[in-house]
Amino acid sequence: METVIELDYIAHSFGSESVIKAIDMTVDKGEIFGLLGPSGAGKTTLVKIIVGILKPSEGSASVLGTPMPSLEKMKNIGFMAQSDALYSELSGRENLDFFASIYGLSKSERKEKIQEVLEVVDLTSEIDKPVEKFSGGMKRRLSLAASILHQPEVLILDEPTVGIDPVLRQSIWKELKILKEKGTTIILTTHVMDEADKCDRLALIREGYIIAQGTPQSLKQGIGANTIEEAFLHYGSAVQ
Amino acid sequence: MRTAAIIKRILRQLRRDKRSLALMIVAPLFILTLMRLVLDGDSYVPEIAVVDLPSPMVDALEEQEAEVHHMSEQEAHEELRNEELDAMITWDGSKSEVLLEGSDPTANGAVQQVLQQAMKEKTAQPAPEPELKFLHGSEELNLFDNTGPVLIGFFVFFFVFIVGGISFLRERTQGTLERLLSTPLKRWEIVLGYLGGFGFFTIIQSIIIAAFSIYVLNMYMSGAFWHVMLITFLLAVAALSLGTLLSAYANNEFQMMQFIPLVIVPQVFFSGIFNLETMEPWLRAIGKVMPLTYGGEALRDIMIRGKGFAVFSDEVYILIAFSILFIALNILALKRHRTL
Ligand SMILES: Nc1ncnc2c1ncn2[C@@H]1O[C@H](COP(=O)(O)OP(=O)(O)OP(=O)(O)O)[C@@H](O)[C@H]1O
Ligand SMILES: [Mg+2]
Repeated sequence: METVIELDYIAHSFGSESVIKAIDMTVDKGEIFGLLGPSGAGKTTLVKIIVGILKPSEGSASVLGTPMPSLEKMKNIGFMAQSDALYSELSGRENLDFFASIYGLSKSERKEKIQEVLEVVDLTSEIDKPVEKFSGGMKRRLSLAASILHQPEVLILDEPTVGIDPVLRQSIWKELKILKEKGTTIILTTHVMDEADKCDRLALIREGYIIAQGTPQSLKQGIGANTIEEAFLHYGSAVQ
Repeated sequence: MRTAAIIKRILRQLRRDKRSLALMIVAPLFILTLMRLVLDGDSYVPEIAVVDLPSPMVDALEEQEAEVHHMSEQEAHEELRNEELDAMITWDGSKSEVLLEGSDPTANGAVQQVLQQAMKEKTAQPAPEPELKFLHGSEELNLFDNTGPVLIGFFVFFFVFIVGGISFLRERTQGTLERLLSTPLKRWEIVLGYLGGFGFFTIIQSIIIAAFSIYVLNMYMSGAFWHVMLITFLLAVAALSLGTLLSAYANNEFQMMQFIPLVIVPQVFFSGIFNLETMEPWLRAIGKVMPLTYGGEALRDIMIRGKGFAVFSDEVYILIAFSILFIALNILALKRHRTL
């Protein structure tokens, strides 16, 4: 299996506050890898390091064999931030058009791709409204659409399904599976336990450490737990 | 290419935000109109050179509120042109002739008042009225005409600073800056995109403000219109690059507003609206680090003195240098958000 993302004992601190501590992990091509952890655990910080926005204070992160940050590799990464980074004055379509041109898609490619991703996130009918009139879930879906426009090899999603109803969540997961089949490597953060079950592999993060990682199955079996939640609580207390 | 995408997006956003658009165009027009209505003169000690003037007249002048210098006609001409003098009085054997520098109506008024006083007090029978001539401008030049060019520059600077700075700030607070930095966009492409988007808009803004001032408010104008455009455009670019740079040090819109008394208001004092000659030299030196000082000077050269490019070229280069400096610092400041 080809390794796509490799974190080599990275640590990160904001000023004197150490947020990520010695995280060492790899993600293979075509995997859906979940980062599970409570609020403030450092999930967002970790994905920003992978994306290349933050440079780790220690250790190195590499994506597709190139140390990050690398502008060249950023072309192959799609990122959906935890907060919807959208231009509220512009319509949904104009937002997508802007992000698509940033990735250098031609006019006809943009048109085609925008239509395609809109169907994935089920936003086709309301896309010409200004984003400030979108509901929270609609903005979330638009952010997701913006992150897959350029068909990235690596997709990084920071809490992609917050505020999205169960039906749509299921259809998004279906789409993620399709992307995975096409060879896209996906990392997502979540604190929804049932969502964690759908990942190929998981890393449980707490206070900047990975307290356990493996397939959901193995994490549960190893300690005889029935749910990821139980497993999480188990490993969490072991650390303390 | 990617810069073009940013430019297009900014123009679209501006078009949606009608209120900010109005702020940048209508507010200056409104304030300029008000200024036109309220501006008035005040007292000022003029510097006058006398050339071969009969001594009773010189004595009379020296008793007035004026600094009287004795010099040759050639020297006086030179100093007048360098704006070190306000007026020169010559004597042709039977009557005096007064040549005013002319670009500052406060000074013009003061010189004329001094002359009238001197005449009234020292000459028993009414002497022939001295002949008045102007090196620049004319008798009609009033305070509005004098400060107008600076005001045009100031409003362009002020509103571009605010609107440009806040848009860039919002880019950060709404998370889109981070989103942009997760794409292969280079830092300079973002800064240039902003410059392009707002730059395009400020050209239109400058045309409207300058045309309104000159053709509707009848501001005195003896130079080339496109020279005025050039300077206002350069001022706008300096304002935009300074605004976006400083927005990095503000956490919200309100903090951005706090830069107004720190950065904008002081520039007004040094931009030529107030007479700099009465200022302490060290104080005057502060004005040297402010873009509006140069913009104001160049605009007055163009509009009041009708000067050509050669005269204000230094100011043009300095304004360009300011912009380049701010842009470079801006690109560096973005490093805080992404090291690459
Ligand atoms: N820019 C920053 N400056 C200083 N501290 C920060 C910064 N960003 C995050 N932190 C701190 O780092 C820690 C981890 O934050 P992070 O956003 O990575 O958590 P998270 O796991 O994503 O939490 P959540 O599930 O709530 O999104 C927190 O304690 C936070 O206060
Ligand atoms: Mg987070």
